[in-house]
Amino acid sequence: MKYRRPRWLRRAGSWLADHRRAAIETLDRLIRAPLGTLMTVAAIAIALALPATLLTITKNLEHLAGDWRRGAALSLFLSPDMDEAAGERLAAALRTRIDIGRVQVISRKAGLAEFRQYSGLGGALDQLKENPMPVVLAVYPAADLVDGDDVDALVEGLSALPGVDFAQADARWVRRLKAILSLLRDGTLLLGGMLALGVVLVVGNTIRLEIENRRDEIQVMDLVGATGAFIRRPFLYAGAWYGLLGGMLAWATVATAIALLQAPVSHLAALYDTELTLVGLGPPESLTLLGLAAVLGVIGSRIAVGRHLRRLRPV
Amino acid sequence: MIEFEHVSKRYPERGDALRDVSFRLGGGEMAFLTGHSGAGKSTLLKLIGLLERPTRGSIRVGDDDLASLPRRRIPAHRRRIGMVFQDHRLLAERSVFDNVALPLVTAGMPRDEIAKRVRAALDQVGLLKFERALPLTLSSGEQQRVGIARAVVGRPEVILADEPTGNLDPELSREIFRLFERFYQVGVSLLIATHDLDLIQSLGHRTLVLKQGRLVADALPRPAEPAP
Repeated sequence: MKYRRPRWLRRAGSWLADHRRAAIETLDRLIRAPLGTLMTVAAIAIALALPATLLTITKNLEHLAGDWRRGAALSLFLSPDMDEAAGERLAAALRTRIDIGRVQVISRKAGLAEFRQYSGLGGALDQLKENPMPVVLAVYPAADLVDGDDVDALVEGLSALPGVDFAQADARWVRRLKAILSLLRDGTLLLGGMLALGVVLVVGNTIRLEIENRRDEIQVMDLVGATGAFIRRPFLYAGAWYGLLGGMLAWATVATAIALLQAPVSHLAALYDTELTLVGLGPPESLTLLGLAAVLGVIGSRIAVGRHLRRLRPV
Repeated sequence: MIEFEHVSKRYPERGDALRDVSFRLGGGEMAFLTGHSGAGKSTLLKLIGLLERPTRGSIRVGDDDLASLPRRRIPAHRRRIGMVFQDHRLLAERSVFDNVALPLVTAGMPRDEIAKRVRAALDQVGLLKFERALPLTLSSGEQQRVGIARAVVGRPEVILADEPTGNLDPELSREIFRLFERFYQVGVSLLIATHDLDLIQSLGHRTLVLKQGRLVADALPRPAEPAP
């Protein structure tokens, strides 16, 4: 005897098949109108690529700034009565602290040599009877201590240590850079929010036209007993496809922009004796971009469908 | 079963389309609805199909009171009714098969059952060989038969037809009415709005006559006078 699946299972299969058919038919419909589809998708892609590119640049700058912050040392100038051995003992004590990454002891001799090299006062220094340089400890804050305020607090604490004359760190540039990056990020998010609204409007308007074009079909489906969900389904899929295709094009635009910028950025970095590799959108960011794009498409479509179907189905 | 009790319908811009209409159409009964243009025939059918709500009175189809039927139950109500229109209302881009399948697809019926039922319905109206054709490649009479197949494919309790032969010549009109009679014979209720008095008289079913929105007659037609 032939096995027959239960009715509920066949209904569920039919429901899934309807979704699959709606998704495929909608994509097919978009492909059959390439120019109109391309224009809508391009408008969505531009709206998404702009904030995505800015966010990627911000991310690269934050990464770079993090490296700079971690690379910046605080200088602890020890009092004249502290010799190298006392400096080593203090350094060993500091190395046990969690807010300090590493400590380097710069001897009086090394300090004088460095001063001679960079000051251009070699001749004058030769006239001195004894080395006036103190022992200096170069203290590198822990990697997670990147906030300018935290660095200030660390400097204040280190200044108060016995044997320390004074501590020096220019945390102002860290704060300024942080403020600029924060402004850039907030501005990008604000711009992204406005452009996301633009995506919703673009998709909504496209779907509105689609509903007008398919008015007869909608009315016939309504007459034969289609539910609102059934009628809305292809339009929601259309919105999702527009968003997804726009997101994919935006992703490609960002990737192209990063690839094009890599050579000039590397050249600039080389002028500062450093290396810099731009990082594009990683898998989580890429998936977020695509998902967000599809969701914005569905939202735009849902708003248009809700408004215009009410007009076509007054009862 | 369809029951109208003191039903009125008023449009703000046009005034009264139906005034105090009461009648009852039993299960498995066939009736014609006639009257001049603007008499209210289409409005009456729209009220049964819940394309409009009555301004006053009560309409019952089976156990449902249409005046208070919630919106979410309207699709299920419409699936209990097969509707046939003068202009066929077929989807030009979809095949005959897909047009007829539409009520079953919207009801979420399994695909194998849809195929079986659609072919049976097309067979009933004699169009099985055209299942892959597009509607616009068919004659007007064939298109109307596709519309009828779509109306009956969901095995409705009631078929409503609004001037189904309005665009057809007399021979095709008789053919369409013969189809309706076949459904009547298997127990489906039919309410058919038509101007075609000759056909009404020749078929001899109950006839409701509307005049300016009022039901002015509800009777079996008189047999034709014998020729002197």
